[in-house]
Amino acid sequence: MKTLMTAVSANITTALGLTSSKQRIPSLLHRFLTGVAMFALFTGRYFVELVKPPYEFRELVKQSYRIGLQSLPLVGITGFIMGLVLTVQTRPTLAEFGAESWLPAMISVSIVREIGPVITALICAGKVGSSIGAELASMRVTEQIDAMEVSGANPFKYIIVTRVLSATLMLPILTVFNDVISMLGSLAGVNIHGDVSFSLFFGQAFAQLSFTDVLPSLIKTIFFGFSIGLIACYQGYYSNKGTVGVGQAANTAVVLTSLMVFIIDMLVVQITSLFIY
Amino acid sequence: MGKTYNIHPSDDADTGVVIRIADLEKSFGNNDVLKGLSIDLNKGENLVVLGKSGSGKSVLIKCLVGLIQPDKGSLTVLGEDILSLDNDGMNKLRRRVGFLFQSGALYDSMTVTENLLFPLRESKNIDQHARIQLVKEALGNVGLSDVEHKMPSELSGGMRKRLGLARTLILKPEIMLYDEPTTGLDPITSREISELMMNIQKEHKTSSIIITHDMACAKITANRMVILKDGMVAATGTYNELESSTDEWVHSFFS
Repeated sequence: MKTLMTAVSANITTALGLTSSKQRIPSLLHRFLTGVAMFALFTGRYFVELVKPPYEFRELVKQSYRIGLQSLPLVGITGFIMGLVLTVQTRPTLAEFGAESWLPAMISVSIVREIGPVITALICAGKVGSSIGAELASMRVTEQIDAMEVSGANPFKYIIVTRVLSATLMLPILTVFNDVISMLGSLAGVNIHGDVSFSLFFGQAFAQLSFTDVLPSLIKTIFFGFSIGLIACYQGYYSNKGTVGVGQAANTAVVLTSLMVFIIDMLVVQITSLFIY
Repeated sequence: MGKTYNIHPSDDADTGVVIRIADLEKSFGNNDVLKGLSIDLNKGENLVVLGKSGSGKSVLIKCLVGLIQPDKGSLTVLGEDILSLDNDGMNKLRRRVGFLFQSGALYDSMTVTENLLFPLRESKNIDQHARIQLVKEALGNVGLSDVEHKMPSELSGGMRKRLGLARTLILKPEIMLYDEPTTGLDPITSREISELMMNIQKEHKTSSIIITHDMACAKITANRMVILKDGMVAATGTYNELESSTDEWVHSFFS
């Protein structure tokens, strides 16, 4: 691991033509460029190992269970509260214009297009990102990853590919679940002040939803899941500062994955505005 | 012990030197850890490497399995120049060389059986029944029984070391590299582990490099000893020869 980092670092120095010790570029910039190059190599290796047999199906299912199924309660509770609060807070404003009947449609579009995917991704960035970052970093500290390497196995395929792929596959499923529960929360919110039936509420909610609302939103959750898995794995896999590094890896994984969720969201909104809306 | 399974169908019966380390150099930043180290390990030999903390002992054996890339020198393991091997070649060689980590490096999210099955993932020619047989055989070899379904965290320090050994032995390595195998163990368990290492050498006809600070372990296991100082070999000989050395620094290891 250190070997690869040293080689990448040396290549960057050479590529910039700064071979003499007197010509060193600022260490912060050098560290940043080394980090970017290492992450690019890590991403490239992920795709190579992803398509190369043998496939770790059992570990993939295990990780999908951990990342997906075990996140359902948290995602569900958050989704319900979010839908309810959003409805309760939006209702007075719409009531002023006599547009209360628009509430289900407005809430459904907000949740499906934006709030559902982003909140789900942020929950996963916190729960899954920190868990993967800390787990892999502690495996690195306790030499478990080295032990896998010296046994002639491929730890990258077993540890990284399965976790990143699970996160990529599970995020869209968790988002759909979150969207449904949020709508139920919204229905509960509407019924605090009025009496709206299940069928009327969902009829109005789905009437305003179109394919162009659902598809881009689901596609961006694939990117959310991929970035959460990849960044968290990278932080954990290359952690090298003992037990302090475990905390750092978990912390950095959460910060970077949360930031990445917003960046991807912004990019997807720009792209979909150009081509769809 | 029942049927034995051939893990390395293409084994070649080399004689003589199984590891040749020549002019090995390794630095970390400005810290020169190894400065032209040269050591040979003969077939069937237990070589104990002594030295102060930071003298490069662990770096040396990590270089031998490709976990650390040396700056200069040559490393020949079982006739292969490991510095010129590609990933696949390195992985094939690693399966012929066992490495016992100081901490045991057990996979703490897996049961004992899963720990032992992990190194067999790449052995495509072994069916599930044979794998379970190998697990039982490996556990039996290190004196562990009725722990197959336990997690590593449920085992004592000595049992964890034995399990680490069993996991390494399941691939039937020709060379064993021990990184401080008795560190953190009480004297009785430490002696048991040292004797187990001797049994492994006799039964599996392995050649071993043993990094240790434990002189009791060195006395039991060493056929030959090497003492490192400042990244170089400072002294070499049998346990008795070094113990009776007139060199004060060498003698200080035994006092």
